[in-house]
Amino acid sequence: MGKNLTAKAAFIVGILLVFVFGFLGIPHGGLKQSILRHINLGLDLKGGVHLVLQVHVAEAVTSTTDHDVARLEADLQKAGITGATVGKTDPANPETIVVSGIPPTKLADARGVLEGNDYANYDVATNSAGNSTLTMKPSAIADLNLRTLNTSIDTIRERIDKLGVTEPQIQKYGLGENEILVELPGVKDPAEVEDVIQSTAKLSIHAVVGGPYGTDAEALQANNGAIPPDSMLMHGSGSAGMPDQVWLLKRNSEVEGTDFRDAQPSTDQNGRPNIHFTLTTEAGDRFYKYTSTHSKSSATPGSMAILLDNKVREVASIDGAIRDNGEITGGFTKQQASDLSLMLRTGALPASISYLETRVVGPSLGAASIRQGVIAAVAGMLAVMIFMLIYYKGAGINADLALILNLVILLGFMGFAGATLTLPGIAGVILTIGMGVDSNVLIFERIREELRNGKSTPVAVQQGFAHAWTTIFDTHVTTIVSAAILFLFGSGPVQGFAVTLVFGLLANLFTAVYVSRVIFDAILERKERGATLSI
Amino acid sequence: MELFHNPNIDWLGKKWYFLGFSLVFSIAGILSMAFWHHVPLGVDFKGGTQIRVDFTQMPNEEHVRHAMDQAGVRDFTIQRVSDPSGHAANKVIISLPESTATDTAHDAGREAVEHALSANYHDSAFTIEQVQIVGPTAGKQLQEQAIEATLYSLLGMLIYLWFRFELIYGVAAVAAVFHDTLITIGAFSLTNKEITLTVIAAILTLIGYSMNDTIVVFDRIRENLALSRREPLGDLVNRSINQTLSRTVISSGLTFMTVLCLYLFGGEVLNGFSFALVVGILIGTYSSIAVAAPMLVAYQEWRAKRGKTAVLPAAKRART
Repeated sequence: MGKNLTAKAAFIVGILLVFVFGFLGIPHGGLKQSILRHINLGLDLKGGVHLVLQVHVAEAVTSTTDHDVARLEADLQKAGITGATVGKTDPANPETIVVSGIPPTKLADARGVLEGNDYANYDVATNSAGNSTLTMKPSAIADLNLRTLNTSIDTIRERIDKLGVTEPQIQKYGLGENEILVELPGVKDPAEVEDVIQSTAKLSIHAVVGGPYGTDAEALQANNGAIPPDSMLMHGSGSAGMPDQVWLLKRNSEVEGTDFRDAQPSTDQNGRPNIHFTLTTEAGDRFYKYTSTHSKSSATPGSMAILLDNKVREVASIDGAIRDNGEITGGFTKQQASDLSLMLRTGALPASISYLETRVVGPSLGAASIRQGVIAAVAGMLAVMIFMLIYYKGAGINADLALILNLVILLGFMGFAGATLTLPGIAGVILTIGMGVDSNVLIFERIREELRNGKSTPVAVQQGFAHAWTTIFDTHVTTIVSAAILFLFGSGPVQGFAVTLVFGLLANLFTAVYVSRVIFDAILERKERGATLSI
Repeated sequence: MELFHNPNIDWLGKKWYFLGFSLVFSIAGILSMAFWHHVPLGVDFKGGTQIRVDFTQMPNEEHVRHAMDQAGVRDFTIQRVSDPSGHAANKVIISLPESTATDTAHDAGREAVEHALSANYHDSAFTIEQVQIVGPTAGKQLQEQAIEATLYSLLGMLIYLWFRFELIYGVAAVAAVFHDTLITIGAFSLTNKEITLTVIAAILTLIGYSMNDTIVVFDRIRENLALSRREPLGDLVNRSINQTLSRTVISSGLTFMTVLCLYLFGGEVLNGFSFALVVGILIGTYSSIAVAAPMLVAYQEWRAKRGKTAVLPAAKRART
């Protein structure tokens, strides 16, 4: 072999080894295990739970503006502006806060507060009557939505980790900013996972303003027909075994989910399951201040309500000052207490979620799909290879080698890139095999044509490759273009198809054209001038 | 060994037969989509709940039905699973319509079915192999996304072909691929097979494949145009198709063989998928000869009639 050819052959062998390494690594523990360590199988092949969930990000906007209403009231008061009402008038526009009734003499002061740095997230508009509207800026809303989504992902990840699922995948999904994909290989029952993820466990402690009342109507009557703007009506049993009642609570909480440092299931002195919690230092200080000014022995005794997912679980009078340790009893079962403490530990979801898709593939079904898919692919490939040998004789070997090498490189690519092989991915492999063979057929038919036209063997080979190359280039680029677009705009399975297809076609450009050519050249070099080619 | 020795078939002379053939199949599919089975979308796109149950023994369909009725499961359908050879498996697919999978009460349907099964069978008598619950919004989204992705990728191909050949080549190739997709989806409607996400992958495969086939023929036309400018376009196209005929038959035949293996040995999970490929390869090969190439000629004749200069002989020369 000439020097040039030796270098090319060495190059090909090098490439081959690199890509074999890509999907085998340093083999140990059997061929199958080695491959499975390097090639990710999709859940449709491996079995497991696939969930797509939607985060109701708008809720985060509502709760942020709720807090800002209270903050703004306090700030206005601090600035000496009394008599203004701050509130949200339109439930359909949770991003808008309306300030009205500012005394004309205080308008300038009010503007100072509203346009100050503390409310930089809002666009402020003031009309001639002195009423101001604060609307959260679109950029701030987008930020908040993204933050809500990211926090949700973190929270869900922690919860799943604590369930002990191995290799879970939790990531953003789709084109919007409110969908999350959760993939849990090996999990069979989605119900538990869904429950643990979905429980918002939004826990908060609020001061009780009034109640309990029997119904909303009663509560309204007792408060002269209107609920004070800083308060809200909440339902719940208030303690284990009691019927549903209504309380009037302060809207803003004293302590909320994010203030918890730890929570553990425990039992009270009567042996009933409860939750023992620890607050962060900062929240502990705050809570101490609140409980000491409102304890039984103080001048303003009060009681507090523990809200869980917007239901009153427990109402207790404040016996004494509490700093950072406390217990929640609320008629829990043992499982509930333990689930709830898990959720409190990992933090509440910043917004509620709902499920868009749930797919579960049993491991046996996935295994059957792989087995049958592989059998079919191998049978198909063998049939193709045998045909090529019979039809093109010696040149058939080129094609068969190119085909095998193509598959090796494709698998290696997938291993290196960490791409996932899915059922539609197998479709991509089939199309790759089809186009790989096609490239060789194109070349061989072209060579035969040139030979028929009386060209000498080396010229025929050279011309055959040159002519077929244009076609191969066009067909491959067209398909790669379309696969790239599919990858960009498609969802999971369509992407799986696109990935294998692109890798396969790139490999094919190398194997069907370059490798095949090198083999031809090596054969021609050894032959006498004018010898015929087995094709 | 050689399949064809200098074939000399007048493909364009048969264009009315081809047109008839294409029309019959397209119209049959369209009629079925409009009036008969419609487009049989699977749970992926339609939304709803689908539960695949594997029984240890051949289940009695009536018994399963009764169990569901008793548990108050409404509007369900039970479908027996069988592989392509028609051999029945111990499996059924229980489907519930979209209304049971609202975004809020997502898996009420699944719970009801599982409850009904465990109340009427021993837990060891069945395993739940697969559950798919797709909420209505997700289904619609997937549907839109699949269609959008396909259309964009067709547009991408069109632009590439425009750039490499001429616009009419791109239009003809995309029209041929569209023809294939229409007939394949029509075949799904006629046989009432469900279109799932994997079937979409198969349709994408066939689009890629058919496009590949068409480009091979077009490339040869372009090459011949550069060599002989005097030959009537019809003859030249015929000659080009004949020159690439061996390749077309071998390549398609081999791919068809692979796909047939998948259809026969791939098991029933891949059934819809491989069915689409079997139909698609046949129709895709046919269309590159019978739809795409005649369109080029028809276009040129139409331009000639309007007294415009032919655009095809000016096709860009192959350059890579």
